Amino acid sequence: MIRARNLPFVATVLIFLIAYGLCALQFPNMLSFRVVGNLLTDNAFLGIAAVGMTFVILSGGIDLSVGSVIAFTSVFVAVLIRAGVHPALAFGLALIVSTGFGALMGLTIHALKMPAFVVTLAGMFLARGAAFLISTDSVPISHEFLKTLKGLFIQLPDKGKLSFLAIVMLLAFALGVVLAHRTRFGANVYALGGSEQSAELMGVPLRRTMIQLYAFSGFMAGLAGLAYTLYTSAGYSLATVGVELDAIAAVVVGGTLLTGGSGLVLGTLFGVLIQGLIQTYIVFDGTLSSWWTKIVVGLLLFAFIVLQRLILLISERRAAMRSAAGE
Amino acid sequence: MTHDALLSAQGIDKSFFGVKVLDGVDFTLRAGEIHALLGENGAGKSTLVKILTGAYRRDAGQMHLAGAEVEPRSVAEAQNLGIGTVYQEVNLLDNLTVAENLYLGRQPRWMGLTDRRRMRADAHELLARYHVTADPDETLAHYPVAVRQIIAIARAVDLSGKVLFLDEPTASLDAREVQSLFDVLHQLRQQGLGIVIITHFLDQVYQIADRVTVLRNGRMVGSRAISELPRRDLVSMMLGRELAEATGHRDPDATEPDTAAAFKFENYGKRGSIAPFDLAIRPGEVVGIAGLLGSGRTETARLLFGIDRPDSGQATVDDHPVSLHSPEEAIAHGFGMCPEERKSDGIVGDLSVRQNIVLALQATRGWARPIPRREADALATQYIQALDIRPPDPDRPIKFLSGGNQQKAILARWLATEPRLLILDEPTRGIDIGAHAEIINLIGKLRAEGMALVVISSEIEELVAFSTRVIVLSDRHHVRELKGAEITAEAIVEAMAVPGEAA
Amino acid sequence: MKKFRQLRPQLLALAVVLVMVGLISPGFFSVTVQNGRLYGSLIDVGVRVAPVALLAIGMTLVIATKGIDLSVGAVMAITGAVAATLVADGHSVPVVLAVSLALGLLCGIWNGVLVAFLDIQPIIATLILMVAGRGIAQLITGGVILTFNDPAFSFIGSGAVLGIPMPILIWLAMGLAVGLLVRRSALGLLIEAVGINRRASMLVGVRARFLILATYAISGLCAAMAGMIVTADIHGADANNAGLWLELDAILAVVIGGTSLAGGRFSITASLIGALIIQALNTGILMSGWPPEFNLIVKAVVIVTILTLQSPAVADELTMLRDFLRRKGAQK
Repeated sequence: MIRARNLPFVATVLIFLIAYGLCALQFPNMLSFRVVGNLLTDNAFLGIAAVGMTFVILSGGIDLSVGSVIAFTSVFVAVLIRAGVHPALAFGLALIVSTGFGALMGLTIHALKMPAFVVTLAGMFLARGAAFLISTDSVPISHEFLKTLKGLFIQLPDKGKLSFLAIVMLLAFALGVVLAHRTRFGANVYALGGSEQSAELMGVPLRRTMIQLYAFSGFMAGLAGLAYTLYTSAGYSLATVGVELDAIAAVVVGGTLLTGGSGLVLGTLFGVLIQGLIQTYIVFDGTLSSWWTKIVVGLLLFAFIVLQRLILLISERRAAMRSAAGE
Repeated sequence: MTHDALLSAQGIDKSFFGVKVLDGVDFTLRAGEIHALLGENGAGKSTLVKILTGAYRRDAGQMHLAGAEVEPRSVAEAQNLGIGTVYQEVNLLDNLTVAENLYLGRQPRWMGLTDRRRMRADAHELLARYHVTADPDETLAHYPVAVRQIIAIARAVDLSGKVLFLDEPTASLDAREVQSLFDVLHQLRQQGLGIVIITHFLDQVYQIADRVTVLRNGRMVGSRAISELPRRDLVSMMLGRELAEATGHRDPDATEPDTAAAFKFENYGKRGSIAPFDLAIRPGEVVGIAGLLGSGRTETARLLFGIDRPDSGQATVDDHPVSLHSPEEAIAHGFGMCPEERKSDGIVGDLSVRQNIVLALQATRGWARPIPRREADALATQYIQALDIRPPDPDRPIKFLSGGNQQKAILARWLATEPRLLILDEPTRGIDIGAHAEIINLIGKLRAEGMALVVISSEIEELVAFSTRVIVLSDRHHVRELKGAEITAEAIVEAMAVPGEAA
Repeated sequence: MKKFRQLRPQLLALAVVLVMVGLISPGFFSVTVQNGRLYGSLIDVGVRVAPVALLAIGMTLVIATKGIDLSVGAVMAITGAVAATLVADGHSVPVVLAVSLALGLLCGIWNGVLVAFLDIQPIIATLILMVAGRGIAQLITGGVILTFNDPAFSFIGSGAVLGIPMPILIWLAMGLAVGLLVRRSALGLLIEAVGINRRASMLVGVRARFLILATYAISGLCAAMAGMIVTADIHGADANNAGLWLELDAILAVVIGGTSLAGGRFSITASLIGALIIQALNTGILMSGWPPEFNLIVKAVVIVTILTLQSPAVADELTMLRDFLRRKGAQK
């Protein structure tokens, strides 16, 4: 039997499979490992960022700084590499900066008791501004190390490739799943999303969890920035504007409750894939414009928000009926 | 003989903002007993529990656990000492699974990762001891409150293991669920735990408790074995008067008017809230509502004012059937209500006294017909003077006024709408003596002017003083109606002690 | 002048910003008249602030009810696209305005229904239109930047009456109109009551759902007007960029204006001054010759400072500090 809490996840997977099936009926070519490989590669940076966003949303928070942090990381890394720093070192530095930035936001949210929305909004401006300060131009990069990384892939049947980026994204999701379901940190994040007050009474360390949580989101945004840099072979401070919205949409369409406390990391993967699928379909069709993606994503958002509201209402009503029946 | 005290406290003092809420309270809990902690609102029960369970620090006094002096500085520390607490409903997480709720923060781990299989097995085993069959992997929200309650107890006992505090554990349970909860408590008592239960259901106190301690106004009234304490004596301990002398001064004019009933409620009730009742209210009378906390007083008020929807019965105003499904509808029929929770349901804190006074009138007029500034000023000035609201500054945000003055402003808010029926839920609670007397006088004055009033109060003398009739509630039933000379403190207390189902 | 005293922090901040900008670029305060129209940096601030000022008017009311409207930028794009399409098709200005403004109102009502009647959290409910809105706008324009050449419609963006540019007149008029609407009727009081204590308000018969719906509707209308100005100004509709991130500026303006994100007392005038502060900063940085990149950093610093001062944790500290100082003063 499907548990009620997993219903949105199941709906997401079904929607993805049915949509993929319909696409394949129209364009049989879409049913190939090559398309699947590309789907994963093209959405790798979004997927990685969405892993972090899933945790933040599960806790009942939100992180608007993601898109800016991706852009900052990409410029930061590109400028360092241009200056002759080895990419591996640059990557490491970038991840330290983005993780530290996230931790700082988490600390601010907790210490000042301010909504995550405003704190991360300030973070969004700050990271974007910092990226602008480093460079406003697109900084192309090339380095043997990067070429080696990009050359790594796992061969799939019929000329399909599981690229390095796709592998990193899948690893990020694997890490997310383990963190969410097999660590105390993960349980604490769900607990925060259920009720901060109850979580505190049950001994969840609020401050530590909050800092870890936003640090994790910052780390994932940094990693997404690295993936984006690798993907485009350049760093550009104007890039990835609004990616946080795509990530939020992926999380919600993936079945996570926007108010927190319920959802699966794996659902977000399907949320990302649904967005990618729409884009792939539009490419195959050739006549449709890319703006259909946003409309369909908006519709899906609406559908999932209403679905979850209904699930909540029904469970409340059931609970009420249960207690009334006992009278 | 002296039983070994498991947990004892002597001379506990606690003040908030200079107001003493606990004054030299002693408390002794023995191993293997179920101890009921009783008292009306504001008696200091919850403060005492919070001090004993580490949520608050005491100002003075001593605390011993199994002979050793202890001073828990946090809930977690108290837990480690062996003192566990189960709060009414907020201490578990509905969105986590049963197993996660039981083991949050202390999950069994294997190589740094949560060992879900062992956690599941442990949960199974633990719940089996409480005869609960719940799937450890199902979310807690899936289970009824009764099961959640037992899961919370299982967690608390597993964590602490010596003393268990239960705050209103039966508030939302039905009779069968209460019974299975009590079975669990009996089992724990046999294991030698000391259990403190806070409740306002006297029936249950007599059913489960071995001893009771009664608090009133921050002081300990007494601690007795339940077998030696008749129900009537217990009630008078809680209410704090020797029945013989509690006659109360009746307002000689508080007699039943000979007008026709303008507001009638027939077979009016709501399942799980208040049993169906009949009530007819005439202009020029004060219907007092008496009952202990949890007897259905506030529920009655909520139903009359349309905050809750009735699921049985019919209301009529001037012999016309009316629907009262929202405060708006009730207000349209000339109702007004001052709620019990003044801060959360009454005042609009950041608005000025004037704005708070005109708010209800403005709501009835609608947004498009604003009350002109001059009229608002006049109303504010009039009521500030008439009710002696201090400081007499209509521009001051109401949150900066004292409780009594806030209450007067809320009364003014309704008087400005010239209501026909005014429902007052605990109008004198938590306010100073001067304001107290003024509000009582006002009730008499409004009655004399022909208004119909329903006044809920836990101050029995007050009810005796101004009521033309008193309805007594017990266990969510209207059990008794007292009229004229029948209205004495003794009769009210007597009726309150009657179990509801019996009536 | 009680009103003036309440606005003092905002006016002071605006004055400081203006003086600083004036010091950096001396030509800032000079206003000239050319072809019967006022020109100058100061006038430019007034013109450029128009979209954010308009959004801030609606946003103030929404935030006063404890809500937030993330969709206003997208609504600007939608209504701009519709207006440009209608203008390009040769419809008259009144028809274009009526249809576009009605559409904005409709978008606001959609948000309002989700928030007030389906009880969906405002940030979530308005996110839907924020995401989908731009797509819808592009659907209308067919994915291209739609341009038109209609002097009558462009007048809204670049015309002037009595020498004063139209955008200035529009945001002033709208601010005045909404200000009068809420303060001369009981809307303002009731909105504040709902924002401060919704339960208590409903218990005295205030129709909270209707009021919340109304604030989102007004916000949608304001967004549509902002959309008209931008469309008329650039003689076309750019569905991708029209109103992009302006919702954040509008929220910032409201917050600078002192309306708490937790709802309650509000001041439209203060929000408008907040919008002016933001725009003066933008213009100032532009004129100072500093890279415009500084803009975002300055904004971030402003947000953090203001929010820190407003945050409950810090507010408690400040109150304690003030009491302490007062007591000390009393001892002397």
